[in-house]
Amino acid sequence: MQRLLFIAILIVFTPLLGHADETVTTFTLPNGMDAVVIEDHRAPVVTHMVWYRIGAADEVPGKSGIAHLLEHLMFKGTRRMKSGEFSAIVAANGGSENAFTSFDYTGYWQRVASDRLELMMKMESDRMRGLVLSDEDVETERAVVLEERNSRTDNNPGALFSEQRMAALYLNHPYGVPVIGWKHEIQGLTREDALAWYEKYYAPNNAVLIVAGDVDPKEVQRLARRYYGRLRPSRDLVARHRPEEPPQISPRRLQFVDKRVAQPYVIRTYLAPERNSGDQEQAAALSMLAELLGGSGLTSVLGQELQVQQQIALHVSAFYDGMALDKSGFGMVVVPVEGVSLQAAEAALDAVLAKFVETGVDESHLARVKSQIRAAEIYERDDIQGRARGYGEALTQGLTIEDADAWPAILQSVTADDILAAAKMVLDPRKSVTGWLMRDTVEVTQ
Amino acid sequence: MIRFLVVISLIVSFGMPARAGLDIQTVQSPGGIKAWLVEEHSIPFIALEIRFRGGTSMDMPGKRGSVYMMSGLLEEGAGDLDAGEFLRARESLAADFGFDAHGDAISVSATFLRENRDQALELLRKAIQEPRFDPVAVDRVRAQVISIIAGDQKDPHEIAANAFDRLAYGDHPYGTASTGTTNSVNLLDRDDMIVAHQNTMARDRMYVSAVGDISSEELGRILDDLLGGLPEFGAPIPGPAKVGLTGGVTIIDNPTPQSVAVFGHAGIRRDDDDFFAAYVMNQVFGASGFTSRLNDEVREKRGLTYGIYTYLATYDLAEMYLGSVASANDRIAEAIDVVRAEWVKLAENGVTEQELDAAKKYLTGAYPLRFDGNGRIASILVSMQMDGLPTSYVDTRNDRVNAVTLEDVARVAKRLMVPENLRIVVVGQPKGIEATD
Repeated sequence: MQRLLFIAILIVFTPLLGHADETVTTFTLPNGMDAVVIEDHRAPVVTHMVWYRIGAADEVPGKSGIAHLLEHLMFKGTRRMKSGEFSAIVAANGGSENAFTSFDYTGYWQRVASDRLELMMKMESDRMRGLVLSDEDVETERAVVLEERNSRTDNNPGALFSEQRMAALYLNHPYGVPVIGWKHEIQGLTREDALAWYEKYYAPNNAVLIVAGDVDPKEVQRLARRYYGRLRPSRDLVARHRPEEPPQISPRRLQFVDKRVAQPYVIRTYLAPERNSGDQEQAAALSMLAELLGGSGLTSVLGQELQVQQQIALHVSAFYDGMALDKSGFGMVVVPVEGVSLQAAEAALDAVLAKFVETGVDESHLARVKSQIRAAEIYERDDIQGRARGYGEALTQGLTIEDADAWPAILQSVTADDILAAAKMVLDPRKSVTGWLMRDTVEVTQ
Repeated sequence: MIRFLVVISLIVSFGMPARAGLDIQTVQSPGGIKAWLVEEHSIPFIALEIRFRGGTSMDMPGKRGSVYMMSGLLEEGAGDLDAGEFLRARESLAADFGFDAHGDAISVSATFLRENRDQALELLRKAIQEPRFDPVAVDRVRAQVISIIAGDQKDPHEIAANAFDRLAYGDHPYGTASTGTTNSVNLLDRDDMIVAHQNTMARDRMYVSAVGDISSEELGRILDDLLGGLPEFGAPIPGPAKVGLTGGVTIIDNPTPQSVAVFGHAGIRRDDDDFFAAYVMNQVFGASGFTSRLNDEVREKRGLTYGIYTYLATYDLAEMYLGSVASANDRIAEAIDVVRAEWVKLAENGVTEQELDAAKKYLTGAYPLRFDGNGRIASILVSMQMDGLPTSYVDTRNDRVNAVTLEDVARVAKRLMVPENLRIVVVGQPKGIEATD
């Protein structure tokens, strides 16, 4: 049973991609906009996405949350459309839509019948350069975002804890600042901040178009040229060099105490390398390491040891997401059973890690993981939106289509030795943050 | 809360795919097991969905939580395999099995490759027909369930929904959490799991669908092996819940900066002649998305919330009209005032022609888009069967939406929207709003 939903676990293997067959085509418009078309003719449906290579980690100090606030404001009016008209038109066409902001990207999507693609492109291209904002728009939407922060973070001790842990993991890099922004900084964001962000970063030469579904790539290219091709590029773009981490030379520890905590747990995160273009082997080994250690509950190394053998854990998991522009995190969680202290759980976790590094990888376990990765490539073909997202994430986080397509084969080629080497590299206490989520200041051993 | 697949099942059970070439076949096995099938041979895997009507409402007296816990144990050892062996076998086959239980059904969702289909199905057969309920697994899952219960008791949404259910359904199983309580779960043992399994997973309440790389002949052949050994009859399903809800405000103190409100009153049955009118009405009023009246008034105009929505809850044993909103403690009173005012306005004036038209365009246009992947379609097909709909519903559903008139909506709004019956449960530390009882 795997339903302990209170910990957000990163998914290691999705999106996989890796079938750069005839269904995927790419092109670049003269103004610098990249495009990917993924054909799937099983249903007369299309997903239309525009991804911007800009996210919360590109914000300047003091303005946290502006990337996300702007994402909300993109649903207001343009020179041609009234506020709210965009959503009304999508709905009137039976479509669904939304947007998302991450550290490294901001994206917008609609899913509609494929014969409505042109209308979506027309509207999305209109708001790429033509946004109009009033002070009132910004004021109201800032209030909505503060309520969003309440819902996601301030009402949820686990989310507050995660925010604090990220801030501790990154000594200098902006991944330590939450995507949604610190509350006091959101409160200070203005219309001018939003428009400055928009003018600089919302432009074809900073965007990736992804069209996935029942479409003809030639027709998509024609429409893209017509609607996106006429847009003026931004001249203010600079390379995305964020402040880098200094050498991390001291382990950090946190205790987060909140009466609202239902289930105490211990979580450890290590600073870890990310996937880089042409250089994904180490990230692949780390992905496999996370899967072996805690990717599958009971049958994983941590599950076998702490849930089945010692019976001291309710839940275990390990996580790593190499899909990031800059350094990522590799981590694990142990939720102890009643009567086992966080200290004991942490000691048991460390013992399992030490034993793993000593004894190495169980080859039959590795074979099981690899067979699941092979199958995931088949299952993934059923998920056209997942494929679209996968390419969007890759292209906005420093990878190429070729990198994305090569990933499953790189995962398959990872050896037991590679995994062990990756474990020895990443499990460096000096680069770690260990957090205890607690209900009371004094840990009661029940 | 009663852990219905609230939002999901509402969307799913309503809109049916109208995809070009969609061909729903009905299949019957030699042993008499019926299933719906859509063949989709372009990707070599199959999604199989099985549901058993009754679900967690079938807990025996004093055994609250037994069905929920039993469903969590189905993947924890079966036949000759203990939990670890079972899970490793599944991983080797790269199959995915999901077992879940909510207020109206137990669901089994399986995805497996064509290349090892028979092995995957044999493993699934063991889980469905021969779960072991080993004491060590029972204790492990019990501890997990208790942890889930503890989490729900601290989660503002769960607190609100549970309190609302208690007020609405009283002593009916719908009135308490399907997870059970810490006390009830602590008393459950292996025998209770066996009883829960026999009572609920029987052929007389079973619905099956498959979508993927399999022919109707092949599906017919495998059904008897997979499901034929289950008991022919299960235990009786409880009768309808008496909804004893009254209008008013309930406040539950909870130390969070944002209050969560759950609100609603009696609803309308899925087979009511005015159901479609009510469905269109809800699309205008509060359906999720960015275009509803409530979203416009509460979020867009006033910035009072990140999300507000309403939905027609058509459970098997009760029907409700429900909604939810969350706002900071000092703003929730205003949000609730707006909801009340909109409730009155809709009851009195219905909707405009423009709103009706926009809602129909959305609902009919969105209809074919729901046909989204093998697992999703399999789930839709099972929901259709449980709602007693024919396969041809796929072709007639949009006509029914389009047939709804302004008068229909006005009539159903007058009947359905009863402001004085509106019960609002607020969890948080709200300012400017008082409990009425």
